[in-house]
Amino acid sequence: MDSILEVKHINKQYGNYQALKDVSLQIPEKAIFGLLGPNGAGKTSLIRIINQITGPDSGEVFFCGEKLAPKHVDLIGYLPEERGLYKKMSVGEQVMYLAQLKGLKKNIAKEKLIYWFKKFEIESWWDKKVEELSKGMQQKVQFIVTILHEPKLLILDEPFSGFDPINAQLIKNEILELREKGSTIIFSTHNMGSVEELCDNIALINKAEKILDGTVSDIRKAHRSNTFHIIFKGNLLGFINALWAGAEILEKKSVGDVHTLTIKLLRQTTPNALLEAVLQNAEIISFHEIVPSMNDIFISVVENKPAVNTQSYFTE
Amino acid sequence: MNKLLLIIQREYFSRVKKKSFILMTILGPLLMAGVLIVPVWLAMRDKTDHQVLVLDHSGLFIEKLTNTSQIKFTYGAESIASAKLKLKDGPFDLIMEIKGDALNDEKTTPVLYYKKQPGISTEQYITNQMENILFDYRLQGDSIDIRKIDKARRQVQLLTLKVTENGTDEKTNTEVNMAIGFGCAIAIYFMIFLYGSQVMRGVIEEKSNRIVEVIISSVKPFQLMLGKILGVALVGLTQFILWIILTLVLQTAITKFLFKDEIADKVKQNSQIEKVMKNDLTADITTLEKVETPNEAIALFNDLDKVNFSQIIICFAFFFLFGYLLYAALFAAIGSAVDNEADTQQFILPVTIPLILSFIIAQNIIKDPDSSMAQFFSIFPLTSPIVMMVRLPFGVPMWELLLSMFMLIIGFLFFTWLAGKIYRTGILMYGKKTTWKELGKWLFYKG
Repeated sequence: MDSILEVKHINKQYGNYQALKDVSLQIPEKAIFGLLGPNGAGKTSLIRIINQITGPDSGEVFFCGEKLAPKHVDLIGYLPEERGLYKKMSVGEQVMYLAQLKGLKKNIAKEKLIYWFKKFEIESWWDKKVEELSKGMQQKVQFIVTILHEPKLLILDEPFSGFDPINAQLIKNEILELREKGSTIIFSTHNMGSVEELCDNIALINKAEKILDGTVSDIRKAHRSNTFHIIFKGNLLGFINALWAGAEILEKKSVGDVHTLTIKLLRQTTPNALLEAVLQNAEIISFHEIVPSMNDIFISVVENKPAVNTQSYFTE
Repeated sequence: MNKLLLIIQREYFSRVKKKSFILMTILGPLLMAGVLIVPVWLAMRDKTDHQVLVLDHSGLFIEKLTNTSQIKFTYGAESIASAKLKLKDGPFDLIMEIKGDALNDEKTTPVLYYKKQPGISTEQYITNQMENILFDYRLQGDSIDIRKIDKARRQVQLLTLKVTENGTDEKTNTEVNMAIGFGCAIAIYFMIFLYGSQVMRGVIEEKSNRIVEVIISSVKPFQLMLGKILGVALVGLTQFILWIILTLVLQTAITKFLFKDEIADKVKQNSQIEKVMKNDLTADITTLEKVETPNEAIALFNDLDKVNFSQIIICFAFFFLFGYLLYAALFAAIGSAVDNEADTQQFILPVTIPLILSFIIAQNIIKDPDSSMAQFFSIFPLTSPIVMMVRLPFGVPMWELLLSMFMLIIGFLFFTWLAGKIYRTGILMYGKKTTWKELGKWLFYKG
């Protein structure tokens, strides 16, 4: 897979504070890449380096195989987490200004803006002052400005904050559409649900270091802990006896003769062995593996604990 | 480069279109004109023509009071009662009655009857006239030659002449030089603050709006800062030029309608001064005195003519522009280091110190415009915009002026570079209250 952006051994220090430590990343083309990490981990520092707002102390960034240079600025779209607009300026003037700053010619910028304002049904906002818009409305305008110049690489930092579910869906669809059209998207968020929904790849940064990366499905598979969820009708005691040393029951709940169990298989025990044990004693209602959610993985990796605990699991 | 232009454009037009800008541009010259003209105008307001009927029972003043363009004396002999009727129906608006014994009896005073109160200057004129006549009369009574007294009483007017480099004499006036120097210095001081703080507020606005990160993902922080500084500079220049144009228009209008006569007098006086100068001061200076100077403002006009205005205007524009640019960079750095205007105090004060120091130094410069202290501070970039302007009307050697300008440009480049380093870190820092120590650290962060 070709990578659009390659980050190699980046270090960044602010005074005594190490913001990034030997971070390397490869962002495949046309992917939606999740850049995750707790607050203060160094995500924003990394994003600012990619945007050439600041430079790394050491290490290199390559964009489409070339060393990152000022000319690439116009090929990148950036929606920062801390974002705003000039309050006293009219929406139209402002979007024209920001679009031209991204290198668009005046007439082309106007054309594209009209297209997007129509698409989002916000033409009537053109002459309004920004301070008259609600926060969500402002976010919409900002989103348009970010994607207007059809950047090859789009960096979205918490793009859904401030949106109601309907507008969040609208933005989500636009992101997917942009990917269809060939854009690559770096997506930084704390919302793990949307990571699972949107991202193909992720990298997790904690305390200035990258501690995890790969495709979402690989990571989730890698964090499996051989835990299964089973519901059956029948003899619980016989089932437990049949399993004996091969598994550990993490949780059980019984309503009449319907039993719901969470079981962690030990050592060589296969799911098939588990099923055989049940089949002798009971009628299976449901059986599936518990794959850890990105949320679990995030917490476990950051806190250095096993991915699944009985308190919080999400099933597939 | 193109993007810098875009930023300058936005900064410029977003300010020029503001109502407050238009208002200030129009009100500025009006206020200035008001401050300068109202006192003069008030003094001259008493310009209504007076027809004075003089009832002189002593006979001393008959045909002796001098008419002016505003005051005309007519002499009558009727009784005061019938004269008062004339006051009612015209043509006289003032009647002056001088009792027969006014000459000898100190207690009897002349009485001035009026329908409408005459101004102080009219009253004074009449009193002066009468005093002079009385003075002459009494001296004559004691058979003293009036011309001898006149000669003895001749006033001394000190004519200060500057010997210029090519050997010619130039009339100068220390007070006028001082006034011009200080006027320019104060103007620069206020302009630096006015526009410098506009830059600072602009930076704070961008920072607190959180638009700054969006913009600096498209342009370099330094470009944004420079664009803002230059944009506001253009606003300042626009305002400055509009002020000059408006002031000129106002001045022409005012001199045309208000000071018509005085200007004519001034021209007359000027030609006489020239005559005096040409004849190496051997000409009869008394002719100078005979032209009455209507008021001091007119006398000032003469000395103003002697000031090298083109040099002062060019230098004012230069020192204003670069002084502003230098300080605007510092103000931009301050704006980037804080989250809101309330936090700016601790940083503004140190930036103001050189400006205030300039004025303290200026006090001494007036006493000795060519001292080594004056030389140093008029070349040192942080103080030169003000100190040099104070020195300039007194005459500054060309090499010093050029060195001062050169140093100011260097200073501007240096402080802009320094400010840029603080700015690019500061604009992305939120929440924490910045200390001086931290500002120092930011200087050494790698881009």
